[in-house]
Amino acid sequence: MIVELGHYALILAFAVAILQTVVPLVGANQRWADWMAAANPLATAHFALIAVSFAALTYAFVTSDFSVALVVNNSHSLKPMLYKISGVWGNHEGSLLLWVLILSLFGACAGWFGGNLPPTLQARVLAVQGSISVAFLAFLILTSNPFLRSAFPPFDGHDLNPLLQDPGLAFHPPFLYLGYVGLSMAFSFAVAALIEGKVDAAWGRWVRPWTLAAWIFLTIGIALGSWWAYYELGWGGFWFWDPVENASFMPWLFATALLHSAIVVEKRESLKAWTILLAILGFGFSLMGTFIVRSGLITSVHAFASDPERGVFILAIFAVFVGGALTLFALRGAALEAKGVFALVSRESALVLNNVLLAVASFVVFVGTMWPLVSELAFGRVLSVGAPFFNAAFTPFMVALAVVLPIGATLPWKRGNLGKAVRNLWGAALLAIALGALIWTLQTGRSMLAPVGAALAIWLILGTLVDLWMRGGRGSVAGRLRRILRLPRADWGKAMAHGGLGITIFAVSAVLGWATEDIRVAQIGESFEHNGYTITLTDVQRVQGPNYVSSTGYVDIYRGDTLVTQLEPEKRIYPAAGMPTTEAAIDYGFTRDLYLALGDPQDGGGWALRTYVKPFANWLWGGAIIMALGGLISLSDRRFRVAAGARKAPVSATPAE
Amino acid sequence: MRKIIVLLVLLASPAFAVQPDEILADPVLESRAREITAELRCVVCRNESVDDSNAEIARDIRLMVRERIVAGDSNDETVQYMVDRFGEFILLNPTSSGANLVLWWSGPILLLTGLGIAITTVRRRKPPSEPLSETEEARLEQILNE
Repeated sequence: MIVELGHYALILAFAVAILQTVVPLVGANQRWADWMAAANPLATAHFALIAVSFAALTYAFVTSDFSVALVVNNSHSLKPMLYKISGVWGNHEGSLLLWVLILSLFGACAGWFGGNLPPTLQARVLAVQGSISVAFLAFLILTSNPFLRSAFPPFDGHDLNPLLQDPGLAFHPPFLYLGYVGLSMAFSFAVAALIEGKVDAAWGRWVRPWTLAAWIFLTIGIALGSWWAYYELGWGGFWFWDPVENASFMPWLFATALLHSAIVVEKRESLKAWTILLAILGFGFSLMGTFIVRSGLITSVHAFASDPERGVFILAIFAVFVGGALTLFALRGAALEAKGVFALVSRESALVLNNVLLAVASFVVFVGTMWPLVSELAFGRVLSVGAPFFNAAFTPFMVALAVVLPIGATLPWKRGNLGKAVRNLWGAALLAIALGALIWTLQTGRSMLAPVGAALAIWLILGTLVDLWMRGGRGSVAGRLRRILRLPRADWGKAMAHGGLGITIFAVSAVLGWATEDIRVAQIGESFEHNGYTITLTDVQRVQGPNYVSSTGYVDIYRGDTLVTQLEPEKRIYPAAGMPTTEAAIDYGFTRDLYLALGDPQDGGGWALRTYVKPFANWLWGGAIIMALGGLISLSDRRFRVAAGARKAPVSATPAE
Repeated sequence: MRKIIVLLVLLASPAFAVQPDEILADPVLESRAREITAELRCVVCRNESVDDSNAEIARDIRLMVRERIVAGDSNDETVQYMVDRFGEFILLNPTSSGANLVLWWSGPILLLTGLGIAITTVRRRKPPSEPLSETEEARLEQILNE
């Protein structure tokens, strides 16, 4: 019964979404206030209905209702409760329902918090948001209905893919979708502005927080996914340039670019057309990501729904929305007149450079992801594009970005002096190069990756500190510090996000450059040395878990005579899903991770055991979290400014980012 | 329980990427082998290198690579040997021949185009130099006098 209610609510939501698209759009066009005002309650009802539907599906999973086909295929009565719930979105149909739930939530938020928007703009934003929902609800109901019953309910389910039964991955998709779908807000605002034919600072002030929120979620979602790959896949890799990873990374790059160009719209009323284009492309790449993940057209490690029919449907959605928006942009984009002018050397130009680098980097990832498909269709060449290509083609853009970032961040608006900016950062650059050279001499015989990465990271972090210091103005040290502490939160957010990027860059190069590996047959009771650690496999036992059987190794790790840690790496088998997984045991440390993965018992006795020392691995995700926190702090600043009054803040007092 | 043990035995065979028994005694040769296998695709997997993959064929390819290296082949010869058997598909690092030039050059070309457009646009954008109209002048005067 509850499942049928959920099904019904979903269809009702589809009808409401159609109303939400048509009524406000006509209302805004005809200036009918009551039609425009209908958008708000419609968006709320739309969200409420999908929430009911989602709750009904969750209920079916929690109570293990095996008359629902989706539950049979993705759940099991013995599964822990957390994974029963996360199983709702651990599959194509359920994750798509989560997708539309979040989409409608963002729409409803634009209704709830958009009271100070011009009524026509708000109505149009909600209408565009509704139209995206119409398309995806049609897709969900017609091709991927999660509520279908099975005629002969089995006694138990087939279980969720064991790789997905993990706390990191339980929360990875919701965050990622909050990011993906969050970009739909920027898209809706862009399309609404194109219909209005007006983009001003107020528009920028509205778009930026939504983009920032989406960016924060994407950052956290990608970091969670990468962390999961690190500890779950058993060899400590954290990024594989897999098509599905790229699908989340491209929108992130675009969101980052959009975030920065929206600042220029907000503060200087310039780069309007470009910002609109970025907003369209950002969501366009989100849709493209959805297509890549769900069409199965591009083979990937975690594509979970390989169905060409669905692929064609999503491609049609993509073509209509991105094609439509770009056509609208071509027709109306020229009318968006820029007010603020700026010189070639200025904060604005630096942000343009940031945008060019990020957008081109994203396109490189896009070309690399799609190339096997293009090559096969157009030239009949079946080939692969893997990590070596992306490392070679993508990294230079990030290096360039890191080199110019501190300089750009300290340039003033409108017109700057490159010589002055460089003079301020001279010390930071010298120190970064010196430390890079020092690291290079200390680590003789290894790749240049770590020294270069470390130098860039130090340059970024010192540059950020210099920027903060300069913003403290002149005068005594105490006075400066007082002023720095009183800087607007957006400034602190900027500093944290840029510093976090530096930390992540350092960690990536340290892990790639300095990780050590040991693969061997470990006999029980025998010790071996690796990288200064004495490692002993003391025992291996069979342990019965709730829905799996595990071979658990017990390993003591000593440094000299002191016990560092005792680790228990596991090899698990999930009988219901018929799949083995490795559960690596990791001793997380501030400067290094000790990473153990247990392999198979060997014919001649003993067990295969892999040992890694991964220097500064934690800093990778730490840096990402600091970036996200920076975004959060900057987001909290906005409310403060809006509360300070709807009037435009004077340019000199507004924080520069 | 017995069923589970049978399952365990059945499923236990494919685990882990590089196995201890594959590793060459000579560390120089071994590191060359790792370098090569990291850039070869496990041909039945989805975007995994032979070095990372647990599949049987990946193990076979790893062993073949080590055989070639021990037999005295250079890295390029070993890679070519694999391409001859499995086709271009096995290369995770695509060659820069023929149409693949588009792939490799798209980044630099897009960057130059983007920078070119950006610089010309910024340069062309001159401040509004039209003098104020008479009514505007009058209004300005009025404001200044207020």
